[in-house]
Amino acid sequence: MSAPLIEVRDVGRQFRVRSGLFGQPKRVVAVDGVSLSLKPGEVLGVVGESGCGKSTLAKVILGLLEPTAGEVLIDGKRLAGLDRRERAKLIQPVFQDPFSSLNPRRRVRDIVGMPLEAQGEATAGEVRKRVEAMLERVGLDPSMGERLPAQLSGGQRQRVAIARALVMRPRIVVCDEPTSALDVSVQAQVLNLLAELRREFGLSYLFISHNLAVVEHVATEVAVMYLGRIVEQNDAETLFRDPRHPYTKALLASVLTPEPKLGIPETGLGDTMPDPTNVPPGCRFHPRCPVAIERCGLEAPATQRKAPALVECHLATIT
Amino acid sequence: MSALLEVSGLEISFGTLSAVRGASIEVRRGETHCLVGESGCGKSVTALAVMGLLPNNGLRHAAALRFDGQDILGLDEKGMSRLRGDRMAMIFQEPMTSLNPAYTVGSQMAEVMVRHRGVSKRAALDRAAELLARVRITSPEMRLGQYPHQLSGGLRQRVMIAMALMCEPELLIADEPTTALDVTVQAQILRLLADLQKDLGLAILLITHDLGVVARTAHRVSVMYAGEVVESSPVEQLFERPMHPYTRGLLSCVPVPGKIRRDQPLGSIPGMVPHVTSGFEGCAFRQRCALVRPDCAGPIARRKPEVDHDYLCQIAPEDMATS
Amino acid sequence: MRSWRAWGLWLGAFIVGFTLLVAIFAPMVATQDPFAQDLSRRLVPPSWMEGGRPQHFLGTDGLGRDYFARLVYGARISMLIGIATVVTSGIIGIAFGVIGGYFGGRIDDVVLFTITARLSIPLILVALAVVSLVGSSLTVVVATLGLLLWDRFAVVARVATMQVRTLDYVAAAWSAGCSQPYIVLREILPNILSPLAVVATLEMALAILLEAALSFLGLGVPPPLPSWGLMIAEAKDYMFFNPWVIMVPGMSLFVLVFGINLLGDGLRDLLKTGRVA
Repeated sequence: MSAPLIEVRDVGRQFRVRSGLFGQPKRVVAVDGVSLSLKPGEVLGVVGESGCGKSTLAKVILGLLEPTAGEVLIDGKRLAGLDRRERAKLIQPVFQDPFSSLNPRRRVRDIVGMPLEAQGEATAGEVRKRVEAMLERVGLDPSMGERLPAQLSGGQRQRVAIARALVMRPRIVVCDEPTSALDVSVQAQVLNLLAELRREFGLSYLFISHNLAVVEHVATEVAVMYLGRIVEQNDAETLFRDPRHPYTKALLASVLTPEPKLGIPETGLGDTMPDPTNVPPGCRFHPRCPVAIERCGLEAPATQRKAPALVECHLATIT
Repeated sequence: MSALLEVSGLEISFGTLSAVRGASIEVRRGETHCLVGESGCGKSVTALAVMGLLPNNGLRHAAALRFDGQDILGLDEKGMSRLRGDRMAMIFQEPMTSLNPAYTVGSQMAEVMVRHRGVSKRAALDRAAELLARVRITSPEMRLGQYPHQLSGGLRQRVMIAMALMCEPELLIADEPTTALDVTVQAQILRLLADLQKDLGLAILLITHDLGVVARTAHRVSVMYAGEVVESSPVEQLFERPMHPYTRGLLSCVPVPGKIRRDQPLGSIPGMVPHVTSGFEGCAFRQRCALVRPDCAGPIARRKPEVDHDYLCQIAPEDMATS
Repeated sequence: MRSWRAWGLWLGAFIVGFTLLVAIFAPMVATQDPFAQDLSRRLVPPSWMEGGRPQHFLGTDGLGRDYFARLVYGARISMLIGIATVVTSGIIGIAFGVIGGYFGGRIDDVVLFTITARLSIPLILVALAVVSLVGSSLTVVVATLGLLLWDRFAVVARVATMQVRTLDYVAAAWSAGCSQPYIVLREILPNILSPLAVVATLEMALAILLEAALSFLGLGVPPPLPSWGLMIAEAKDYMFFNPWVIMVPGMSLFVLVFGINLLGDGLRDLLKTGRVA
């Protein structure tokens, strides 16, 4: 087995927020004791509801946020100790909002060429050639290089963001909800493009999304996050076919597939919403869990691991 | 069953841009009619035009616009505002923007009813509490005294729905009501809407871009593209026998859980939605359509392959089936 | 409403642009020497009034100097002070604000403390004290005002930077391996310039007024330099018998400051409609 490209070791990240003028500062537990690894050639999907910490985890892995506990290794080297140029050659992001992810004051060719410029090795001519080739590869006419982001559609902007991420041929791309802001037909175009590029450049993706159907389409392995922890993880096929954790089951049941006769599913999750400033004792899912027993509120479930499977629930076992 | 809302030949333009071109929609009592399409297809402006809430630079024309048999096309602002919030109500994608952050949930809900029905504030607040319980909000009395920012996204949307129901409307227009919510909450809200519809006989015009929502909630579907209703049919027929090439393309774009083949690309529609200005002729989808023919640039026929099912395309149903 | 606002922007731009041109080409606009005294021709009224002379379009002052020439050269002083002060205070304030907003934490605390400290310094008193201690000259006035008027730049730059730095394109630049100075200069600074342009107009108007006030008190630009504030001060002795002497520089000052403020308002509206940071 090859060494993992990303190794997240027991990472935690907390924030302090002050509410109101005299309010006590609150501790937001965004990520809490997460460990995962991404192997070469894999697509690790991370799913969960808003506020589950998946975007914070992505930021920690990209080095945009420092973890308050644990450490991240990229290609076997500690992320915190990596030189910025070295890091950029390994891991690149694609963000959700194609409007805020491109500097509105710079032309497309400068945006895409920025990573090469930061390395400072290529000549201006080489940069231009590589930018043009990259634009063409993501399905944009090289003449688009002269445009400003405001002159592009949402789908085109996302292609520019992908071109910027790939122009240096990194090994890992962290996609944080890359298609959530796009229309259905454009989403399909972008997903197909990401799949093609992965095969062509031998990339590995960390793919974060709230859309389970999209994750099922792209991921080889899936981690389900709830209130900062991974509560279940498995290879994609098994996880979608045979979910173990009640939360995973509820999430999968809530997906509205385009099948008219099925009606609207009952999730059984109740009204309590997860609150990262107030993580419940015991199993953090128990206030919403439809099958919770008394023990769930008292005692946090142990992590059961049997690669590639992982589950954290008193009532679930890995077979 | 007669139509509660009847829109026929609706045209909306903003300057030279044609946002809606000859859209016709019927919403019947007790029925959910889904208006589905991608951003910019004109689905939201259609709803705003029905409510008489178009921005000032928007021009509205229609062959007919009737609510419960009454013509509302000629109604002035005063008449419309009497209808709005009373017999027809609307909820939006982001409830935070339609709730006033400076007032409590209770006072905002009560105000609607005091204005339209002239009841006392006390009676209106009682009704508000009853409705909050109805939309399954726990401890409604406490919620009445809270401000919008103290509620989660799902709760806010429930408050919006309860507020829309204050005066027992007959028509509820919901513009992407669950798009900003998590999947689990989305399912809860949609269930709630379906239950309310069953109990109150509500007619719902649901605007969405999500084909999953359409499939699970709609009785009838109208697919909009570049300002036109390109296909309209009962929901089962649309998903089983889609006719218009755009509808077919759209359906192939959605990854369906359980039927996913990871090594295969998703279906996709090449190109982008065109900008349609006044004087545009022919089919707006023809640049992106695989079945394009020379006569697509001319006037397009509306075809009717089945009872209650029509689509806007040059290609006849029998030829469509083989292509 | 909208057209009136647009009109205000153009009027403001015209006034400021016109004054700037007059200031730059002062020797060509005014043919007379603004310093040349002629005690035999004191307080000549403007040429269209009774007793006026054609070679003195706006008459002469109490020392017989050509008033039009003094006004034109005075525009030079006002614009010079306005622009030089804005540049000085802009550089100081933007540097402070961007550093605080970008790095946050302790560094931001220091920046905030400095801004608060600066805000509690009484502007005019300190300016008066400095000028009376060091002695008045153009450089001293510019330096004093420049070192005092940077607070608004810092406040606006800090908030704008905090907003922009959370945007994904900044994260993308960081992930692309760009250095911190590169990110600040190429990714953040260009995107906070619009609100800062509005601040610049406000500060310029303020600087011009403060210079006039200082000069009026005899602590600004030293005579015989023709500053509008100094002209007003010199004219106050004659204002009851020769009111034009005080009205000409007074009106000029009012129109210029009004024009700058119109320009600032117009810019703000223009930027609000666009996608600003």
